[in-house]
Amino acid sequence: MFDATALNRRNHRVQGLFRLLFGTMTMLLIIPVLIILGTLIVEGGPALSIDFLFSAPTNGMTAGGIFPALLGTVWLVAVALLVSVPLGVAAAIYLSEYAGNNWLTRLINLAIINLAGVPSIVHALFGVGAFVLFFGMGTSILAASLTLAIMTLPVVIVATLQSLQAVPHAFREACWNMGATRWQTIRRVVLPNAISGILTGIILEVSRTAGETAPIMFTGAVFFSPFLPQGILDQTMALSLHLFVISTQVPNVPEHLPFAVALVLIAMVLLMNSLSIAFRVYLRGKKKW
Amino acid sequence: MNTTLDTAQPAKAGREDMDRLDGAWYLDKLVQTLVFVGGISAIVFIIGIFAFITKEGLGFIIHDLNLKEFFLSPRWAPTSSYHPTYGILALIAGTASVTGLAMVVAVPFSLGAAIFIAEFASGKLREGLKIVVELLAAIPSVVWGFIGLTIMNPLIIKLFDVPVGLNVLNAGIILGLMAAPIMTSISEDALKAVPDRYREAAEALGATRWQVIYKTVLPAAKNGLLGAVLLGVGRAFGETMAVLMATGHAINIPTSVFDSVRALTATIAAELGETAEGSEHFQALFTIGIFLFLITFIINLTADLIVRGVRKG
Repeated sequence: MFDATALNRRNHRVQGLFRLLFGTMTMLLIIPVLIILGTLIVEGGPALSIDFLFSAPTNGMTAGGIFPALLGTVWLVAVALLVSVPLGVAAAIYLSEYAGNNWLTRLINLAIINLAGVPSIVHALFGVGAFVLFFGMGTSILAASLTLAIMTLPVVIVATLQSLQAVPHAFREACWNMGATRWQTIRRVVLPNAISGILTGIILEVSRTAGETAPIMFTGAVFFSPFLPQGILDQTMALSLHLFVISTQVPNVPEHLPFAVALVLIAMVLLMNSLSIAFRVYLRGKKKW
Repeated sequence: MNTTLDTAQPAKAGREDMDRLDGAWYLDKLVQTLVFVGGISAIVFIIGIFAFITKEGLGFIIHDLNLKEFFLSPRWAPTSSYHPTYGILALIAGTASVTGLAMVVAVPFSLGAAIFIAEFASGKLREGLKIVVELLAAIPSVVWGFIGLTIMNPLIIKLFDVPVGLNVLNAGIILGLMAAPIMTSISEDALKAVPDRYREAAEALGATRWQVIYKTVLPAAKNGLLGAVLLGVGRAFGETMAVLMATGHAINIPTSVFDSVRALTATIAAELGETAEGSEHFQALFTIGIFLFLITFIINLTADLIVRGVRKG
């Protein structure tokens, strides 16, 4: 009775075929990228050294290292985070703990989706119009970082919101029943239980901010600067823009140099993302409820 | 925001509860106001973006904009000394051709990969693939542009024996690879959102795995998948650095995938640095920005409405 009929066998074969087909499609998406990453490593790897990371470009950017660009990226990311993290966490707390199911909440969600979806070059135009010109910041780290912060705000909001919502509602109710105010509940119960999830979101935010190019092109990052930035009103070089500049704007750059810059940039971003993922997996294993 | 309070929340302190009006109570109100400001900041920023790019582009729209020329002329020559022309037709064609090819490349593969991850893979393989897809989505656009410039360019010249490898094909493949991870992960979410009881019911009727997917899961996840594709379109449409570096940046209405083109976004990125603030050219670039903003706004709104329709239904 349980022998496979011809139809069963055919169905089984068809299913195997589809499994193979979709598996192949998945691999076809992943393998080219792995080949590309391999090429970056082979071409750029030999040029990497501690000296490359910590010395300035020389000979009209055709030799030397990337230190000013690296430092500039650190400045830009740090200032952007000072704005986007408090704002994003506040927004997520509002959406998770206060907002009702009404038109305002829908409007906020729509705005977040659009902040993430507006092209990066439009964010750049906004940065020029608002921060550089209207608020008179000029092309500066401050203007570029504010532009980056607004552009990447959805990353923080979404990650924080997810970890806040993962805290069971019963925890809040227990706290309210003891007479705690809403803020006491958030501060003593909700945030401590969500903080690690928020941290993984912040790491993602760092990675995202460090890789952006278009928003900083006209707001604060420059092709080349002989000086290191001293404060937030200075202009700066940045790693992502540096890759664009030496691969398209500067003649006679030796071939390995842009590969090495691309490798540093991508290693930085992937490292951050892997860290965030590893952290998340570790936390999931630890979760008590 | 009293209207947002529901019954599960602490009672609102009234005049009669004077004992609640202590420091903790005021702190609570203060925090509520602060997070509310954070909450509406996204709305403020979106309105701010539209307001400021409109402010800079308004002069051009009022004084110089010839709608017919702007949308129907393929001649974008803002720096011409005797007769500057602002026609974005060729730029629209450039953006459309590259985005279109990217979708042809990315949609089938993303859906295939999403089906594989959600329905066929399990355990460690599934987790591993999800992580790889997430990492692929993190590669910065300038790196993709660089890949188009240094790896794809010589490859296309060699494979197809064409003089220039920076063209629609190059940028389309690059954008496809960029958009695919996002489309894969959103599609996968949409497939996972289909309740397991649908699958169980189909399996109980004797359907094979593929029949379950084809007849039950895909129709149920249809809207979510459509939303994922739209978000991919939005992403490819608005991409800047990669298309700037991989399209060849030549103003041209393409007739084949081997033609170089120029995209709307890339035009702004390439020219904004060379224009004087407040000049006609400067304002024209902001006008393109307004156009981009409106198009992506419509794409995102539509995607959101479609996906929301799923959740309700």
